[in-house]
Amino acid sequence: MERSKQTRAPIYEALENFRRNRVVPFDVPGHKHGRGNPELVQLLGERCVSIDVNSMKPLDNLCHPVSVIKEAEELAADAFGADHAFLMVGGTTSAVQSMILSCCKKGDKIIMPRNVHRSAINALVLCGAKPIYVNPDVDQKLGIALGMKREDVIRAMEQNPDAVAVLVNNPTYYGICSDLRAIVKAAHDKGMLVLADEAHGTHFYFGKDLPVSAMAAGADIASVSMHKSGGSLTQSSFLLTGKGVHPGHIRQIINLTQTTSGSYLLLSSLDISRRNLALRGEESFRAVTALAEYARDEINKIGDYYAFGREMINGDSIYDFDPTKLSIHTLDIGLAGIEVYDILRDEYDIQIEFGDLGNILAYLSIGDRIREVERLVTALADLKRRYKKDKTGMLSQEYIAPKVVMTPQDSFYAAKESLPLEETAGRVCSEFVMCYPPGIPVLAPGEEITDEIINYIVYAKEKGCSMTGPEDERIQRLNVLKNCEVKEYGNVVF
Amino acid sequence: MEMWFSDIHTDGVKLSIRIEEQLFSSQSQVQRIDVLESRDFGKILVVDGDLMLTERDEFIYHEMITHVPMAVHPDVKEVLVMGGGDGGVVRELIKYDTIEQIDVVEPDPLLVEVCRKYIPEIANSLTDSRVNIYHEDGLRFIRSKGDAYDLIIIDSPNPFGAGEGLFTKEFYGNCYNALHEDGIMINQNESPFYTEEAFQCQRMHKRILETFPICRVYQAHIPSYPSGHWLFGFASKKYHPLNDLDKVGWKLRGIHTRYYEPRLHAGVFALPVYVEALLRDVENIE
Repeated sequence: MERSKQTRAPIYEALENFRRNRVVPFDVPGHKHGRGNPELVQLLGERCVSIDVNSMKPLDNLCHPVSVIKEAEELAADAFGADHAFLMVGGTTSAVQSMILSCCKKGDKIIMPRNVHRSAINALVLCGAKPIYVNPDVDQKLGIALGMKREDVIRAMEQNPDAVAVLVNNPTYYGICSDLRAIVKAAHDKGMLVLADEAHGTHFYFGKDLPVSAMAAGADIASVSMHKSGGSLTQSSFLLTGKGVHPGHIRQIINLTQTTSGSYLLLSSLDISRRNLALRGEESFRAVTALAEYARDEINKIGDYYAFGREMINGDSIYDFDPTKLSIHTLDIGLAGIEVYDILRDEYDIQIEFGDLGNILAYLSIGDRIREVERLVTALADLKRRYKKDKTGMLSQEYIAPKVVMTPQDSFYAAKESLPLEETAGRVCSEFVMCYPPGIPVLAPGEEITDEIINYIVYAKEKGCSMTGPEDERIQRLNVLKNCEVKEYGNVVF
Repeated sequence: MEMWFSDIHTDGVKLSIRIEEQLFSSQSQVQRIDVLESRDFGKILVVDGDLMLTERDEFIYHEMITHVPMAVHPDVKEVLVMGGGDGGVVRELIKYDTIEQIDVVEPDPLLVEVCRKYIPEIANSLTDSRVNIYHEDGLRFIRSKGDAYDLIIIDSPNPFGAGEGLFTKEFYGNCYNALHEDGIMINQNESPFYTEEAFQCQRMHKRILETFPICRVYQAHIPSYPSGHWLFGFASKKYHPLNDLDKVGWKLRGIHTRYYEPRLHAGVFALPVYVEALLRDVENIE
């Protein structure tokens, strides 16, 4: 990374120039620097609406960058150690989808852990590729899915030598990393590409003593949620590519689904945030790690909570752990994670990232201060004092290994019928069901519904998880395939 | 030359005081601290641009936050003061020789230093042998305490700054836990007059109601504070602020005050109708 160049922010600078020139807008957007929508100006402020502008020569065009966006991409590529970087405005969802669509077509096989974000399986619905799932390892006490074991990934590769790519979470929502370097080596030996979902890994590129980033590990394409740990505006993201990936092809794929009116608020936020991380990221993330370590110590002192950290590392399915992640196991106070999540919000005015059956995750970032961490820790102490109860009968298992019957695309578009949830056991689901967040499907299109899954859905709903995916918004009914015999389509789950 | 300090009360209201001299100004780890000299209010302590106390009227606040619980609880030995680095509350507390221990949790050491230098009449109380000063975060301090105090006084300036944590349910819950079974907690409860503060008033009252069995609000008139009309919260596990008031006992202690008086005590819990309505609004939810 060339530090002196990283002080530039070409999109931001072009916008500043544009503003100073007081250009008269006879183009879209129609609010014309906010004048046509005073209430919007009151909400967002003059500065914000004045840079909500359209693509034009001095500001470049996201679909075909030739000037300032191109420069911003080059600076981002340099900052992230990538060959090429693409500015994304449709969230990391669009980055993950573009990454998969760029290397898979109908019928191609792609190896991935089953605890992927829904956006990855969505891409398979769109392109018709066939997932070869690797069951992630599971921590029995915490109930969470971990990374993939090396031997499981390698076995999947050996049994599917025709697979075109392997997708890896780097890290998972809980901050757990698989052995990315080993997976990259094995995949490249077999001529497969490695795609990394780094929705939760932006800081790996800038901090010291953090898990390896996808580009450093030699992965081919990575989707990086700049708006999560990177500090840019919601929905803005980067797609990174390594050596040997043709940027022109990736651009074409992105342009299949990405808006032609990319927001300059999002683009400039990517530009400024990249500059900030390149110049100050190392120091900032050192502070975030210190804050998370402090919080872990204090929370573990309360007793009955378990804020887990690097002691989990096992050399394989927890090859590395992101120390900025603050996940807390809550079952020993007799409350599901989702219940603690709700109590913290409703009674203590503390909003955390998510709660699942046995854990909560508090997201720490460059915007956090010690005083808010003190509030969280103190609230957890008070919550335990008031609510602690026996934990008998509490479910903990977050991950259920799927039975895959059909590809996501075939099942999504097949003839289907709607059945009450409790009558669906043994049938093949044609839609997604997941708790959101974290957005990892418990059922994806083409998977068999089992009693265990139905119990999970009923229990999670009862505990207050926000379930999404199905057509029926109350999740009382599910769409299942008509006339489909349940038969696994081969060696698909490892 | 004219120099004026303006304390912003709302977006549209401010109190301006003519300043003779700026005695001190510095940024600590926690906050910006200024000390100003004025003709009408004497020395003024300003933190992050907000007026904290003036020499002229601080006695009202400090007497009312201290003597009300002291006249109710029959045997206060261990007291915790959250905030209070200016020493005002402690100055009132050390008038009681029955108190054995006063813990003061003031996150900012500079604040204590500045107050001792510029307002020693108030802050020299902190040198009393019964006083222990802890320079740490209030929430962190309280988490580890259980069944330790007879009285907790929350002397924290405002619910929007560095002291925000001391206005939260988790804090009140941990205070409950830190008190003996007959303990009392007093908090400054903001002004009920301006919309934003009135809302904070309600929130505080609601959170304390959810935590303590006895919760009453009382008032005082503090000229330099927004609207001049100020509230305090009396939260207690056992003693009632009026039924358990020992007027004679307090009088016999011979403590000198300029605002507090047991006869006044009985009156300050009688609130204006609009304030009653404001509080009842959140009480009814229960």
